[in-house]
Amino acid sequence: MHFITRTARLSVAAVALTGLLALTACGGSDGNSVAGANDKIGVSLITKDSSNPFFVAMQKGAKEEAAKNNVDLTVASGKADGDEQGQVQAIENAIAQGQKGILITPNGPGVNSAIKKARDAGLYVIALDTPPDPADTVDITFATDNFEAGKLIGQWTAKQLGGKPATIALLDLFNDKVVSVDYNRDQGFLTGLGVDTKDAKKNGDEAKSGSYGSGSYTIVCNEPTKGAEDGGRSAMENCLTKNSNINVVYTINEPAAVGAYNALKAAGKTSGVLVVSVDGGCAGVKSVKDGVIGATSQQYPLKMASLGVESIAKIARGGDKPKNSDGLDFFNTGVALVTDKAAPGVTSIDTAKAGTLCWG
Amino acid sequence: MTVQSAAPGAAEKELARREHTPGQRIQHLLHQHPALSPAIILLLTVVCFTAVNSRFSNPAALSLLVQQTAVIAALAVGQTLIILTAGIDLSVGAITILSTMVMATLAAENGWPAGLALAAGVVLGLLAGALNGILVTRIGLPPFIVTLGTLSIFTAIALLYSGGQSIQNNRLPALLNWTGDGFAIGRFTITTGVLIVIGLYLVLGFALSQTAWGRHVYAVGDDPEAARLSGVRSRRVLFSVYAVAGLIYGIAGWALIGRAGAASPNAIVDANLDSITAVVIGGTSLFGGRGGLLGTLLGALIVQAFTIGLSLAGVDAQYRLFAVGVLVIVAVSVDQWIRKVRS
Repeated sequence: MHFITRTARLSVAAVALTGLLALTACGGSDGNSVAGANDKIGVSLITKDSSNPFFVAMQKGAKEEAAKNNVDLTVASGKADGDEQGQVQAIENAIAQGQKGILITPNGPGVNSAIKKARDAGLYVIALDTPPDPADTVDITFATDNFEAGKLIGQWTAKQLGGKPATIALLDLFNDKVVSVDYNRDQGFLTGLGVDTKDAKKNGDEAKSGSYGSGSYTIVCNEPTKGAEDGGRSAMENCLTKNSNINVVYTINEPAAVGAYNALKAAGKTSGVLVVSVDGGCAGVKSVKDGVIGATSQQYPLKMASLGVESIAKIARGGDKPKNSDGLDFFNTGVALVTDKAAPGVTSIDTAKAGTLCWG
Repeated sequence: MTVQSAAPGAAEKELARREHTPGQRIQHLLHQHPALSPAIILLLTVVCFTAVNSRFSNPAALSLLVQQTAVIAALAVGQTLIILTAGIDLSVGAITILSTMVMATLAAENGWPAGLALAAGVVLGLLAGALNGILVTRIGLPPFIVTLGTLSIFTAIALLYSGGQSIQNNRLPALLNWTGDGFAIGRFTITTGVLIVIGLYLVLGFALSQTAWGRHVYAVGDDPEAARLSGVRSRRVLFSVYAVAGLIYGIAGWALIGRAGAASPNAIVDANLDSITAVVIGGTSLFGGRGGLLGTLLGALIVQAFTIGLSLAGVDAQYRLFAVGVLVIVAVSVDQWIRKVRS
């Protein structure tokens, strides 16, 4: 029974260690109940996960703004993208601590009821990055207009083609689940290009060939990439197997674009192919500079978070609530087309400028 | 190349000859050659998809099938070793990503010479596997629990270490990108990464079928108590299996860099289940002691063939999931049926 005693001893040690960790973690939190002009205001930032550079940038923006506005910021996140339960717990903690507001990038509809509980308890809740479904679950959303982001790269592509036939590969995020960022960018791109998308909330229901306004188009594939390089590469290879004449490649984000470019390179087909993407992280901007990506739409996570912290601080001290941008169900934090090959009639910034605005 | 379990003895062959019904004969055939059923399935898959779309089996597409399968196939080598001992490894992807990020970061950010950075990444894989091995053999924890824990630990370390950022191939030295280089035989392209993976199969296949170590791995998986009584140092064999698996994951991480064109903390998200699926469809028993690497290789190819084939046919991804699920159930059922031959 040698093992049992040893295991028992280990268990005791493990429990003791866990307890110690819990104590340390609890040390720094104390709630606020009054919101005087000089009082600290408690705010939680709850991201999808804590490793994605996009969310790391958000945390940075929120921390800087919190210091300026005398805000006591708590940073929390789900364990991974999709972890709704972890976010629910973070929301419950914010309520228990008597905080004034929550900034959240919801992992899914599973957090909606916890958000409602927070609002019922008097907290002001702002969604960042993507509006929840339905959008009025939160007080307001600060987000990138992903449809607009897609539309910009679509318009740029149309100008670059100048009436030439477009043979298109669409490299999406998933094809086994429906996510708003996925269809908004994809359908925005096709709309910007001039293709009739039918249902703007559904990828792949448009006619496989037709006219994009000034020329004819063929859609070769809608392939999933999971937003990573290896997925982007396999997806592009499969598309090239279907049709080796692809000259337009839409990608959900820049890692997927890098993977797609490597597949094109391996097939010896990089020349004359337009690769476009969305995100505008520093690595992505460099990919545009290096010619791997033709154009990308840049979003501003830092701004989303700092505006969010500022708004809650203002409201808690009796200020006005922010309003949605015209014609949208969220507050638009802006998007800019990044390219070194500016197209006439499409507003863009170059990689030098984008490099000073990028995140990650 | 013989990469299945040790050939059955003469007495067993004699027994097989005396069986009468065709069912029993098939049962014996499948028992003797665990890779036979996945081979038949792969053949059927290729034939069916070619009938749907002739592009499926042109040399360029087949070389893609091989390249796309390579990394998962490499990981499945380690997974096969562990499943042969009746264990399971849930930390496959985590160890691979950790190795990848460490070798890329040391070379790109810390200015280490390419060879040293590569070696550090591979050795780290070995150490991570050895840690699993120690926890399984010395503390006596079930492999499922151990690797469930180290899955989280290694993933966390990889994410913290890399800051969640990919490192692109233009920042990496030639040696780390080398696995992505290739040469063409006609329209069939072979990359160095694929050759390395084939090398892994040959070396480990030889070790499993031709060495005492290999026989001990099967023995420990079949019946650890009987193995111990017949003089096999079970714990030592088990530890070596986890360490070797970790080493393989490190090498697979190198192949992954060339494949993806970057070292990415978000790559091979489905590696754990994909590697287990390849092993199971390949006819290796989850109960240990039966199966082999040739089956695993075929299993990995089958799964990827479904992905490409259905994509070419324009079918939704959900049908691939469905088909692979059915294959897994069929594979385990066949395994159970074959096991009856022994009783």
